[in-house]
Amino acid sequence: MGAVSLRGFGWRHAGRRQWAVRGVDLRIEGGERVLLLGASGAGKSTLLGALAGLLPEDSGEQEGTVEIDGLDPRKARERVGIVFQDPESQLVMARCGDDVAFGLENRGVPADEIWPRVDEALRRIGFPYHRDRPTAALSGGEQQRLALAGALALRPGLLLLDEPTANLDPAGAALVRRAVADAVDADTTLILVEHRVAEALPLVDRVVVLEPGGGVRADGAPDAVFAAHGDALADAGVWVPGRTVPPRRATATPGAVLLTADRLGLPPRLAPTDLEVRAGEALAVLGPNGAGKSTLALLLGGLLRPGGGAVTASEALAGRDADAPPHRWRAPALVRRIGSVFQDPEHQFVTGSVRDELALGPRRTGQPEPVVAATVDALLARLRLDRLAGANPYTLSGGEARRLSVATALATAPRLLICDEPTFGQDRRTWRELVDLLAELRDAGHGVVTVTHDPDFVAALADRTVTLERR
Amino acid sequence: MSPAMISAGPIAAAGAPLARRNPVAKLAAALLFSLLLIATLDPVAPAIAIAIELAVLPLFGIRHRVLARRAWPLLAGAGGILVTLVLFAADRSGPVLLAAGPVLVTQGVLVTALGLVLRMLAVALPGIIVFATTDATDLADALIQNAKAPARFALGALAAFRLVPLLEEEWRMISMARRARGVDAGRNPVAKLRLFASTVFALLVGAIRRGTRLAVAMDARGFDAGIPRTVARRQHFTRADTLLVVAAGALGAAALAVSVLLGTFRPLLG
Repeated sequence: MGAVSLRGFGWRHAGRRQWAVRGVDLRIEGGERVLLLGASGAGKSTLLGALAGLLPEDSGEQEGTVEIDGLDPRKARERVGIVFQDPESQLVMARCGDDVAFGLENRGVPADEIWPRVDEALRRIGFPYHRDRPTAALSGGEQQRLALAGALALRPGLLLLDEPTANLDPAGAALVRRAVADAVDADTTLILVEHRVAEALPLVDRVVVLEPGGGVRADGAPDAVFAAHGDALADAGVWVPGRTVPPRRATATPGAVLLTADRLGLPPRLAPTDLEVRAGEALAVLGPNGAGKSTLALLLGGLLRPGGGAVTASEALAGRDADAPPHRWRAPALVRRIGSVFQDPEHQFVTGSVRDELALGPRRTGQPEPVVAATVDALLARLRLDRLAGANPYTLSGGEARRLSVATALATAPRLLICDEPTFGQDRRTWRELVDLLAELRDAGHGVVTVTHDPDFVAALADRTVTLERR
Repeated sequence: MSPAMISAGPIAAAGAPLARRNPVAKLAAALLFSLLLIATLDPVAPAIAIAIELAVLPLFGIRHRVLARRAWPLLAGAGGILVTLVLFAADRSGPVLLAAGPVLVTQGVLVTALGLVLRMLAVALPGIIVFATTDATDLADALIQNAKAPARFALGALAAFRLVPLLEEEWRMISMARRARGVDAGRNPVAKLRLFASTVFALLVGAIRRGTRLAVAMDARGFDAGIPRTVARRQHFTRADTLLVVAAGALGAAALAVSVLLGTFRPLLG
């Protein structure tokens, strides 16, 4: 059960010139556990979609064949389960038990078998609550485990996991990985897509690397693949285990204070917090989910009115406006001083092209058009976005969208940059570029505040850390 | 976008005798009762109907105070309509009740205005009662099992409904993100309108993308794959449910009958 066979498989989405995935020859036997790797844009998600039978024939063009147990995946859907990245958009029902039951109902499982199978699936993933628990009351890690239970209840021969932990904090991600390790049957075939290779390796016995241009680049036992292709994979953006990035320490001592938080809080999201942000310093804000890190970033960024305490800008940052708190400044004045980069880049896109997106800030702050053009060109080149200048921001890949959102914040040359989880879900290449970029900014005398769960990022960049406690 | 608009979950004690009735029966009863009331323009029939509605509230396990809190936008709207009509309606017939400067209130004006406002309340209340006592999942189940609604429609709507509270948070995020991009409207009303429109657009784009992802996830779990569905939660339509619908029809007709007997009945048509 759950054997996969691909012969010269390729798929091109309707209306696209490039093939999302092409020339893949691969055979996976029942019960194998495969980690599927490849740089951003290598077609991993498209391949999983094809295996799950989720690419309707009229939605694109197919080359070669794909089979599950000798069947077209569109006709073998009851043999395949899939868990996606985003917890919010894969739970269907309002109560946890109902959500697991949803798939069983769809498959026509007799009514008296449904609830025993729901309870069994919940037990296997170590679900700590009653099945009447509202799905909205679960944490991200719990929601992903519930999605896993929903897939397992259908007893799939092939289980596909498409970056199931990318949106989770480290504790939640560890819970999901443990649930996968404990709950998946030995004879179930597992195909996992995951950027963070070191964490995923205990779950798999085989690694397959897709080549972005098409075909399979490497295939075999993890040790053998990484020994033979480790350097090339790392350059292509794969998180090869054991390859650390040299830290970028500050080259000078921190300068003037830019921003001071004094008993700054917003009940019930953030407890009173004291903080100083200096020029030429990279400050990392750490803490578990629910401690109010993102809220703190919004408050420091002048985007949210404090519920208690105060944010005070220094004269070094705001000149004469230092009397007023940042959340009272007009937006153009704010973005000349403090740049904010949100966790989800798409929230920040306002225009229809990458070029306009970069020009927006300088135009809003009244820069003359030649200066705007020069700023935009410099940023396009620096963040490897020049090829995409005319593209719609919503069509960018995750790494490209992240680079653009950082670039837009830099376009108005703010003295202070505040980033919320900038490295979330990024491949190694984008990750390194972000570290280098933020280090350069810091060394040029900017203040950099980063809210993050990423210990490697903290080790590579942070000069100082502040840890918030869960309330 | 306010929390009151989207917090539509049950507020009633679940064990109350009428709250436990089949959701489809409750919906049918509310529709029947409201439709009958639409037939008349007089204030008497809706006044009787409101009295009936308030009288059966305890059977649905709703306390009057809780209902007032849930329905306050409706009450405020009704008050506003009453004042507007009394001050500005063209109909100035009947004896003068109040004349103060430009304000002239006649009996004709007052009766028309009261009729309209009472009708609005009487028609809206049954709907509020039904949704206040009905779990969304139960309603979808009953629509599929008892009213033969397509599962694709009922469960799709249910899943979409679950995403609505996320929109509020999304709206706040988008608004803050715009400010972080240097975009604000200041005091300029035209700029305010444009900013509002562009924020709505971004919200819709996000909602469609999320909805698409959800639809794919539902597909992946075999939704609407052509296999006959089974049901995990059975909804029964019993004699008591039939009785509820019949009683609602009878009570609505009774309110109309009283209005006819008193000679106040003014048919909507003709």
